[in-house]
Amino acid sequence: MSLLDKLDAVAAARKALLPEDVEVFGTPIDAVYSSTEAKIGERRILFLGTNNYLGLTFAPECLQAAHAAIDSEGTGTTGSRMANGSYSGHRALEQEFADFYQCHSCIVFTTGYQANLATISGLAGAGDVVLIDGDSHASIYDGCRLSGAEIIRFRHNDMVDLEKRLRRLGDRSRSTLIIVEGIYSMLGDRAPLADVVKLKDTYGSTLLLDEAHSLGVLGKTGQGLVEETGLVGEVDFITGTFSKSLGGIGGYCVSKHPQLDQLRYVSRPYIFTASPTPATIASTRAALRLLRGGTGLRRQLWQNVHKLYSRLDKLGYRLGPEPSPVIATILDTPQQALALWRGLLEHGIYVNLVVPPAAPEGNSLVRCSVSAAHSSEQMDYVGNAFSELRKTIFQ
Amino acid sequence: MASDYTDVLQKLCHHLKQFTGPDVEITPDTDLINQLAIDSVKLLNLIMEIEDEFDISVPINALADVQTVHELATLIHQIRTAK
Repeated sequence: MSLLDKLDAVAAARKALLPEDVEVFGTPIDAVYSSTEAKIGERRILFLGTNNYLGLTFAPECLQAAHAAIDSEGTGTTGSRMANGSYSGHRALEQEFADFYQCHSCIVFTTGYQANLATISGLAGAGDVVLIDGDSHASIYDGCRLSGAEIIRFRHNDMVDLEKRLRRLGDRSRSTLIIVEGIYSMLGDRAPLADVVKLKDTYGSTLLLDEAHSLGVLGKTGQGLVEETGLVGEVDFITGTFSKSLGGIGGYCVSKHPQLDQLRYVSRPYIFTASPTPATIASTRAALRLLRGGTGLRRQLWQNVHKLYSRLDKLGYRLGPEPSPVIATILDTPQQALALWRGLLEHGIYVNLVVPPAAPEGNSLVRCSVSAAHSSEQMDYVGNAFSELRKTIFQ
Repeated sequence: MASDYTDVLQKLCHHLKQFTGPDVEITPDTDLINQLAIDSVKLLNLIMEIEDEFDISVPINALADVQTVHELATLIHQIRTAK
């Protein structure tokens, strides 16, 4: 099979699964009106498929900071920090993240994907083991592959299963990196962090927690699951992204271990990627200040979460195991999921469609992402649309 | 040694039955992806079952070269032997 034949096979598989007239993946967004509203084709739609948890993409403080950075430092850094130098804003953001987590060190990356790729591949290598949750994000899988370490999975959030796999490793558990997520992106559930910490201590392993979906969402000041559980000092490495609650693009890793700084010299994704633009850094610094003081935003976010989750639950939809800003509706077939996705779009609501093999356990998902910027009326409208569509989806 | 491999093969075929109809014969040459339609996620879940069956760790990186039932049985046998 030639290289192009392989891509033809991908096109055929996609065609078999989804009709060609529907642009489910990479849906064209023709205009953006606010953090919750946009235009698709001629239709005004409600954003319910973005990860704008605190609704900060149009925060005046962030817009102003980004504009000022472009004016003073230009549109890009045009290279990596290793080769082209570290701007003051990048260094300041790292210090602000380290202060936020009361950690020794922080490294800022250009994307959240790169944060996991760089951290995992910099920490683990040939002869080491990475022990990852079965529902881990692709960036974790890819970081593990790049590391060259042996990759072993444990069943999602199953601590008996994790311990069994640690025990099998024997002395190698001491050169093992365990990786879990604060909130899992598919079903919106949390890692049982206290139990994970106990196991990593018992077996002498190292723990990396990805707070991509929990930063800004959990904890009094929005640190994530570490703050919600009071375990910030127990986790070795914390990664996260700027592209969700912080409304920009980029990623970070913080650690209590001073050795984190050495990743700058061994981690190829860090060394060989251009650093974030000055505007991105400036808007992220402004957003981080808003996030840290965003108690009211978190209260509004969780009110919206509980309202929509309980409404969908009462309607009889099968949902992820706990309320979270990621509310996944679990459907039996891709056809049901597609029908629900299309129906919601016809009601002016844009959500995410996830079909096998991307969704866990062979299911299909229609995934909603709730924001603090959604109004109570918008949540009611979404609930009503799900109510109307239920009859046709399950007939 | 040969009997160990046979034991692995038998147990592996038992696990693979969940992916086939009752009348489908699984042989060492059976292709996991093309004949049994085991996608990447199903294969990873199968590996966790196999790890528990044989009380071993099977790194998923080692699956890159595995295409047939025989190749998977050989990998499991090698890991068991190295324990």
